[in-house]
This record gives sequence, structure tokens and C-alpha cells, in this order.
Amino acid sequence: MADKKQAEEKNNIFKKLLSSNITVEVIALILLVLLCTAFDHAFLALSWNDNTGGLAGPLITMLQESARYLMIATGMTLVISTAGIDLSVGSVMAVAGAAAMQALTNGTNVWLAILLALVIGLAVGCVNGALVAFLGLQPFITTLIMMLAGRGLAKVITSGENTDASAVAGNEPLKWMANGFILGIPANFVIAVVIVILVGLLCRKTAMGMFIEAVGINPEASRMTGIKPKQILFLVYAISGFLAAIAGLFATASVMRVDVVKTGQDLEMYAILAVVIGGTSLLGGKFSLAGSAVGAVIIAMIRKTIITLGIDSAATPAFFAVVVIVICVMQAPKVRNLSAELKRKRALKSSEKAVAA
Amino acid sequence: MMVYEERSSYTIIHVRPKYHKTVTIPLFKGNEMTDKTPIVVMKGITIEFPGVKALDGVDLTLYPGEVHALMGENGAGKSTMIKALTGVYKIDAGTITVEGKPQQFNGTLDAQNAGIATVYQEVNLCTNLSVGENVMLGHEKRGPFGIDWKKTHEAAKTYLKQMGLEHIDPHTPLSSISIAMQQLVAIARAMVINAKVLILDEPTSSLDANEVQDLFAIMRKVRDSGVAILFVSHFLDQIYEITDRLTVLRNGKFIKEVMTKDTPRDELIGMMIGKSAEELSQIGAKKARRAIEPGEKPIVDVKGLGKKGTINPVDLDIYAGEVVGFAGLLGSGRTELGRLLYGADKPDSGEYTLNGKQVSINDPATALKNKIAYSTENRRDEGIIGDLTVRQNILIALQATRGMFKPIPKKEADAIVDKYMKEMNVRPADPDRPIKNLSGGNQQKVLIGRWLATHPELLILDEPTRGIDIGAKAEIQQVVLDLASKGMGVVFISSELEEVVRLSDDIEVLKDRHKIAEIENGDTVSQSTIVETIANTNVKN
Repeated sequence: MADKKQAEEKNNIFKKLLSSNITVEVIALILLVLLCTAFDHAFLALSWNDNTGGLAGPLITMLQESARYLMIATGMTLVISTAGIDLSVGSVMAVAGAAAMQALTNGTNVWLAILLALVIGLAVGCVNGALVAFLGLQPFITTLIMMLAGRGLAKVITSGENTDASAVAGNEPLKWMANGFILGIPANFVIAVVIVILVGLLCRKTAMGMFIEAVGINPEASRMTGIKPKQILFLVYAISGFLAAIAGLFATASVMRVDVVKTGQDLEMYAILAVVIGGTSLLGGKFSLAGSAVGAVIIAMIRKTIITLGIDSAATPAFFAVVVIVICVMQAPKVRNLSAELKRKRALKSSEKAVAA
Repeated sequence: MMVYEERSSYTIIHVRPKYHKTVTIPLFKGNEMTDKTPIVVMKGITIEFPGVKALDGVDLTLYPGEVHALMGENGAGKSTMIKALTGVYKIDAGTITVEGKPQQFNGTLDAQNAGIATVYQEVNLCTNLSVGENVMLGHEKRGPFGIDWKKTHEAAKTYLKQMGLEHIDPHTPLSSISIAMQQLVAIARAMVINAKVLILDEPTSSLDANEVQDLFAIMRKVRDSGVAILFVSHFLDQIYEITDRLTVLRNGKFIKEVMTKDTPRDELIGMMIGKSAEELSQIGAKKARRAIEPGEKPIVDVKGLGKKGTINPVDLDIYAGEVVGFAGLLGSGRTELGRLLYGADKPDSGEYTLNGKQVSINDPATALKNKIAYSTENRRDEGIIGDLTVRQNILIALQATRGMFKPIPKKEADAIVDKYMKEMNVRPADPDRPIKNLSGGNQQKVLIGRWLATHPELLILDEPTRGIDIGAKAEIQQVVLDLASKGMGVVFISSELEEVVRLSDDIEVLKDRHKIAEIENGDTVSQSTIVETIANTNVKN
């Protein structure tokens, strides 16, 4: 009896695992790693670098790159859950990076420079939130405008230059943020994971996650329960702006230089893809931060795969698209239920035969 | 007591001895069963969902030229049965035969091609297209340069005329005509695709009496042209007016197929709920106004509360333990007044006194903080949060009043959910199911549980019994009385006057956005008292 129950429970866990989006994501991630290892046998190799005080290897650089995607994908998840979208995250990265680099070259203390970047990111997010929540503008248009305006703002901050702060004395803390290690693991990846976990706890240990989902599912019904949907909308765009600023610091601090055109370019698309791969619907509602986080690592892994496989730069967008589509197809309920469906059909046929006989 | 009914071909005698036990002696019964070949025969239909058998060997036979009602409580399996017939769900066992041919529906298109057309409660037409375009969608007339719109609209006009809808210009945009008219257009569309079976799922739930008659007139026309109509409605009067034959389901099982005219109401209700209907009709037949002690202060006292274009200023007081009914026709302002009391709409005039303290209730959050709760008439758009679980739907309003960052401790939350699931008798008793998967009546019970969890002093219930089955209706009516007897002030808004009169201590009558009378309930008050008040009072604008 007990054995049977245990077996059943095991079966249930197995089924649950199979039906989870994250399982599919992890499988996709492993497949990509295997693909890379097949091409480059040293792909999985890890070595200790005494100069940096951390691990080194292709996987490690992949994790370093994934930190920025983790940040923007997390913010994007919350925004998309409210049935909105934030196209401005890439530009906010540039603005925040430009602010930090410019402040450093002007002789500002490095901690103040970091704070300044975060405050500016938060401020842009708040403007997005205010326009969407209190003026009722369309999220797509609002953040599209902010995406264009943000690039302009970054150029204004640096007077059109690609400000380089690599020679500024006392910039070590910022450098460490992007290139340092904690217990051998890239510091930015650790920081990013900690922030994702903090946001996750904030969502699930308080009622914030439920309220965000409620507003995404049915704003009017949410209002009738006493939730203030405008506040929730404002909040998610503000968080998204703040997290994008952290991503901007990661992106610029690794070279201590901001490129007002290229920093954060196209990254809003990566963030959206990570969210979709993570299983959050673009129509809003239920969200999965863990799913988006794995999605963000997958994005970094796809980029690493492109480099490892030596794919021609002209063909990289196509390769990127194919991989994302394959992952989405793998997750489609129809494909996932394929085996169950086949089984059912077979059973039906055999029962029909039995009836006929 | 004996009841005689004259029929052209035969006579039925109902002999009703004591205790309302009904014996029916139909003469020549069975004759009419055999002289028609059925269009649709569904036999032994079984549909299983993970963990539940939604249908278990259900039979349904539809005859040409007949209106057939599918009866049962919420969760009996009516919608599942319809979805099996329209190809939405695949059946796990059983057979479907249409005009003698066995069918296997793999999708809605298969069912449509077999001649089965459906008009849903929420009309599934394109509101941005014209009436004619909707009627002819997919069957437009062709000319040398693609679609000939002139001919298409002409054809639409003929179809509309056949249905007695010649007053609708096929060029008008669909969005500009009423929901009732849109439903008639949807039926006209079913005729264009030459349907043999027409399924009408709760078509009357949002219609007023005249619109229902228009619908019935057209249903009779369609029926007489030899189409089989499958009709689902919660209104018993309508079932008896329009249908010829009934199939009763209960808990996913087939109970009985009977002729409507041979089946007294109490017997039908008995079949649907599995117990005598008599106890149900006894709920709240007390008709005595709760005595207000001299000097007692009302919970709510509003003076001149109103909003331009919505409702004219109203004076109103509600005492603890009192059920106040709002009676009036659709558009009288009964819902609007309820929404103003809750702050769902912002009032632009009036004073609002709550337990002796002057307050301004401008949004639902403020109302809930002041222990006022409002259950909407529009369950789907303003009530449930579909993808969230039953548990979350119960807790969300309480959580919102406590604040986002003060989560309800798990133990307390479990206790609250458990309490209201039991108290409201929510089925299935699984709090982790998304609320959208529950039947309408159970969704309503969850929503009332949600508002009770906030411990309101004043609970405003707007159409709490609309669109739900008779069993759940009785349960909710009982809840209303229980709450009042425990000292809660209840506002009861309903379009069914019978219900308002039976449950209320005090009835506010509204007409054309004015409060026209306040009636103290008593033995002399009946539905007709209210109807007469509405008919005989002129509203000055």
C-alpha cells in the first residue's frame, strides 16, 4: 500500500516536472551546452585564475554576460504580467551607464556615481509608470518614446562622447561589480541572482505578486477588491527602470566605458524573449520569475553558442531566432502533450477493435 | 385538487392529491415520440477531465421542429454536453449521430459542417462589421471583382426578412444595435449556414421581457422550418413557454427525458436538485419588517447622494440587521445606486454618514476600509479574477484592505479559506483550482465568501442570483437572511421582484434614475405593489 502510494507520488512529481516550463528550459540549456561542447571540447573546462581570484572558462564568461539579462528580464516579467511592456530598458541601461561614467570622469566618488545611475534609472522608470498608470497611455507607445528619448538623454549626459572612465582612480568597486569574483563565481552573476531572489521574495512573501497578477488578469475586478491598479502599474515600471540601471552598470563597468549607441542596444528584445521562454504570457497574468531567470541564462548561452560555433555574423540573428522558436515549440502544450495524446489514440483504437470484435 | 388541460388531440389529467404529490396520466403518450426521426442522437456520452467525470453516459436526442431544453443545476454537465455536441471537447466514450450518420468531431468546424450552429450567451460576432457582413460572413456573394457587397447586403436583407427582422438595415454597424438584436442577428447567421441544429446557450440572461418575446417569436419561426433547437436557460417560465421536450442532467448523469407539458414544475425541480422543491420556496417568506428601536442609529445614512447622468440624488438609511431591497427595471438606477454606495463610481453630490461619522467614499478601497462591500452584477468582468485560484479570489479583498506588504499569515489564510468554502458550500471543494473553471453559481459563492472575509457591516449584493441554478439560488437567498439576522446590513438588488419582496425588510423603488418610493414590507406588499408603484409614478426630470 505504502509502496504504491510512494510510487504514485513519485509519478506525480515526475509528471509535474515534465509539465513545468522550467524543465523544458533547463533541457534546452543543457542541449545548447552539449552542442557547444561537441564543437569545442574545452567548452566545459574550468580553470582557476590567480590574477582575478576566480574561475575562468567559456561557461564563466557566459554567466558574466547573463547578469545584465537577468536584471532586465526580471523587471520585464513584472511589467508583462500587468499586460504591459517596457521597451525602454535598453536605453535606460545606456542612460544609467552614461551617468555613472560621466560622473566618474568628473571626479565624483564611485559610490555616488553608482547611486546616481540607479536614481536616474528609477526616475525614468517612474516617468514610464506615471504616463502609463496615471495618464492611461499605451505602454507600448510610452516606452517606445522613452526608448528613443533615452538614447538622446545618454548623448546629452556625455555630450555625444563615448565616455571612458577606465583610467579614473578609485573606480575599483565598480570594476569589481562587473569583473570581480565572489568565492570564485562572477560577482555580477551572484549579485544578479541575489536581486532576482529578493524580488521573488518580495513578490511571493508579500501580496505584491498576487496583486500584480490580478491587475494583469482583470484590472477592473482588481479595483473592485480594493487594489489600486494605478499604484501597481506605477510600481512595476519603476522597478523595471531601477533593474535596468543595474544592468546598465554591469554592461558599462566591464569595460569602464559607455557606448551611447551600442550599450543596451536590442536588449529590450532579449528581455522580452527571456520572459516568453520563461512561460509568462504577453497577455498578462500569471508570471514566473524563475522561468524568466533561466530564460535570461538561455539568451546568454545562445549568444555564447554563436561565438563558439563561429557562426557568420550576418547569420547570427537567424540562428538566434531559430533557437528561440525551437524552445517555444518545445513548450507548446500541444507538443508537450503529444505522447499522452498518442497513447489515448492507441487506447481508443484498441477499444474500437474490441467493440468491433 | 384537479387540473384539466385541453389539448386539440387529447386530454391530460393531472390528479393532485394531498402533499402536492403529482401523478400524471398522459393519454396516447408515446405517439409523438415515434412519428419523427431524430436529427441528433447522442448516446452514452462520457467526458473525463483530470480527476472528474464531467459527463457519465449521458443521452440526448434532438427532433426536428422541436425546442428541447437541457436542464440541470450548475455543474450538472449542461455546458460540457453542449461542448461535446459542438466539437469543443472530444468525447471519451459514446456516440454522436447526426441524421443517421455517425460523427466524430475533432473540432468546432466538424460540428458546423454537420449542420450544428451555436449562439452563445456572449454573442460571438464581429461588432466592428455591419449587420449584413456578420450575417453573410464566409458566404458573401461574389462578383467579377471579388465580393459584391451590394448583393451580399441584399441577400442579408432577405435572410433578416425571413426572420421578421426587416426593420434592421444590414448596413448598420453591429455595435450600434442592442445585445438582444445582436443575438437575433446571430440566429439569422445560423440560418445562412443552413443549420439543422441550433444551440442557444442562456440566450435570455441579459434580455428584458420584450426582448425575450422577440427572441421566442424567432425561435418559433426557426423551429417551424424544421430545425431542432437546443435551449438552455435558468428561467423556468421561459422553459415552460417555449420548449417541447426536456432532458434533465444531474452531477454529470442522465436523469430523464420528458415532455415539457407533462411535467409539473415541482417535479422538474425535484429531478434537477434531487430533492423536494417545497422547502426551497419557504426561504424568507416572513414578510415582517425588522423593528427599528426608537433612537437606533442607522449604519448608513445618505442624504442627496447622486451623480450626474447616473442617478439623481437619493436619501437612504440602512440599519443593522436589515435587508433593503432595490427594485426597479433595467436602467432604473438600482445598480448605479449600489455602485455609488460602494464608491465604485465617484458621487458628485450628497452627504454620506457611516455609523454617525461623516465620510467620503470615493473608491472601493476606501469603502472596504469602512466595512462596506459590494458584490457586482457583472461577475465575469468586475467580479472574478479568472486565472487566480479560488483561494486567492477569497483572500484578495481582505489582503487589499490590510495592505500589500502585510501578508495574511498562512495559518489565518487557511482558516479563512476553509471557513468560507464550507459556509458557502463551494463545489468542487478544492481551493487551488482557478476560479474560471468553476460553474457560475459556485463562482458567485466564492465571491460572496470574498466579501464576507472582509467582515463588512454593510454588504451590497447586486443580482447575486442571476444566471445561476435554482439550488445555488436558494442557498444564496438563505445566506442573505442569515447575514441580516446576525446583524449585518444587506442591500439586495435584483431584477426578480419576487425575490426582492420575499427577502427584504424595506424596499426602495427606483425608476428612470430616481428613487420614487420606499415601501415597508408587510403582508399587504406583493410584486404587484411594486409594479403598480413603478407604473403609476411619474418622474419629474
